[in-house]
Amino acid sequence: MTERLLDVKGLKTYFYTDEGIVRAVDGVDLYINKGETLGVVGESGSGKSVTALSVMRLIPQPPGRIVEGTIVYDGKKLLELPPAQMRKIRGKEISMIFQEPMTSLNPVFTVGEQIAEAIRLHEGLGRRDAMAKAVEMLKLVHIPNAERRVKEYPHQLSGGMRQRVMIGMALSCSPNLLIADEPTTALDVTIQAQILELLNELKAKLGMAIMLITHDMGVIAETAQRVVVMYGAQIVEEAPVTELFKEPLHPYTQGLLRSIPRIDLAATRKQKLEAIPGTVPTLRGDVKPGCRFAPRCAFAKPMCTENTPPLKEIRPGHKVACVLY
Amino acid sequence: MPEPLLKVKNLKKYFPIRGGLFSREIARVHAVDDVSFDLMAGETLGLVGESGCGKSTTGRSILRLIEPTSGEVSFQGQNVTTLDKRSLRGLRKEMQIIFQDPYASLNPRMTVGSIIGEALVIHRLAPTRRQREERVVQLLETVGLSSDHLRRYPHEFSGGQRQRIGIARALAVSPKLIIADEPVSALDVSIQAQIINLLEDLQAKFGLTYLFIAHDLSVVEHISTRVAVMYLGKIVEIAPAKELYTSPKHPYTEALLSAVPIPDPTMRRKRILLEGDVPSPINPPSGCRFHTRCALRVPSCSENEQVLKEVSAGHWVACQVRTGVATK
Repeated sequence: MTERLLDVKGLKTYFYTDEGIVRAVDGVDLYINKGETLGVVGESGSGKSVTALSVMRLIPQPPGRIVEGTIVYDGKKLLELPPAQMRKIRGKEISMIFQEPMTSLNPVFTVGEQIAEAIRLHEGLGRRDAMAKAVEMLKLVHIPNAERRVKEYPHQLSGGMRQRVMIGMALSCSPNLLIADEPTTALDVTIQAQILELLNELKAKLGMAIMLITHDMGVIAETAQRVVVMYGAQIVEEAPVTELFKEPLHPYTQGLLRSIPRIDLAATRKQKLEAIPGTVPTLRGDVKPGCRFAPRCAFAKPMCTENTPPLKEIRPGHKVACVLY
Repeated sequence: MPEPLLKVKNLKKYFPIRGGLFSREIARVHAVDDVSFDLMAGETLGLVGESGCGKSTTGRSILRLIEPTSGEVSFQGQNVTTLDKRSLRGLRKEMQIIFQDPYASLNPRMTVGSIIGEALVIHRLAPTRRQREERVVQLLETVGLSSDHLRRYPHEFSGGQRQRIGIARALAVSPKLIIADEPVSALDVSIQAQIINLLEDLQAKFGLTYLFIAHDLSVVEHISTRVAVMYLGKIVEIAPAKELYTSPKHPYTEALLSAVPIPDPTMRRKRILLEGDVPSPINPPSGCRFHTRCALRVPSCSENEQVLKEVSAGHWVACQVRTGVATK
């Protein structure tokens, strides 16, 4: 039987700004089993990054606040832990990599010093041993000339190299869960392929679970085992990856899959893309009741704007939040 | 054979790097290095490549938004590269550009009406205020906005709507050619499709010709009639879209296509993983620029400059191994 590593229930994270409350995450339930990759897909402002930052307890406070919900990691309630204990988990048991490898590395320290810092802090190694481990990590992420590169500064590395360094740093304390927030969005497609390959390889080697956040359905298809689709700060669908692509149930997921041009179908006749009309909702101020996708949905009924549909399990492992089911 | 609308011949753009005493030129970035192609009226040529390959610089050099170092660009038989400022302005009425970032390319202090109407004033296309306003409203409706938006400011719009404003601005002077520089890459997936469809509709309606610059291979495949692939300032392959995607010939095109993640988890493809990063355009590799990362390279690849050769009708490849010129 698979074991739960992370269990998030009823998470609500709000930001209290001068222009009103922004409900960035508004009632999210998700879980990750040991050793699996959960893909979190959604457009900008759908709440995927804030969900991840909430798990790490890295929400800037104020203006942000986790107002409701529980996050259980390996039996520990993360939201109730004192900061000192949370620090022991953060970076050691759960670590995170970000979209922008340039801004998430410190420009005034060598990459070796930055990797070694986490190792010394969490593993209690001395300076020399930590540096040796840093070189080992760079080798693990296939950086050529690791002994030389470890003494270089972030600006001396290319974008792909920097993301490798970030991954090496995140994995230096052998975490059980790696949260990767759009790890390849800033990279070119051939470099993206290298990084995704690396993540898959390291997962197989080290057996960690990955929470992969992206807006790219192609990246999801190639890396995730299970997927949650977010829209307007909520989860609208959850399914095993093959089922999600074969039989998407939520009108938003269906629309999203139909609106992307498909390079693999280049040989067949060209069709017009089916765009989803309207725009992504803003979550500032008072949010109207009902399904957040209703204003853009072709199947919307009057009842859709009355109550927010709950996430219902339709088939084993396949949940959807829509009145059609 | 009809004359092409736009002819680009041996276009080069080198950016100087200055340093040392008296800011002498110490090196050059070979951003665009000998690029040639034709663009026929009514077609869409996709220009793809990774960041730094020179695709945007190519687009901007054609419009002379940056001055090319050498080469010739002719539009409807007229040489653009030698025009003086005044005649160039006249020509800009025929050639327009849409930018990537809908947040940075609209003046935040101007209303949508004056952003779109500005070109009408400059080119004296609508003599009276009333005519101008009528034309702007007509343009707004063409791109899927309405007259209510006339007096609003750019910050009141979403990314997709701003890109529509940018398109309306380009359309204002009724151009023949539009250079679209990454027009959808800053947009959300569900909005991308709206803008792509809009661009296709406008092309059908006004007979526009597009040079569509983008890094997203799937988007380019969808919208283009022909596609050119750039690597380190050079075109390595150019072919009809369908042919390029179904039977790529250049090893770089193959690697690029195989790297695109496919939104179908049941499909498992053989991926060609390129090693390392793109070399610096300041000191590009000799011979074929791709030879440092190429699996097919033979010794002479680092010596011979590669030229485009036609392998089938309209399909040109710059690879001596694939075109059968090189011997092992």
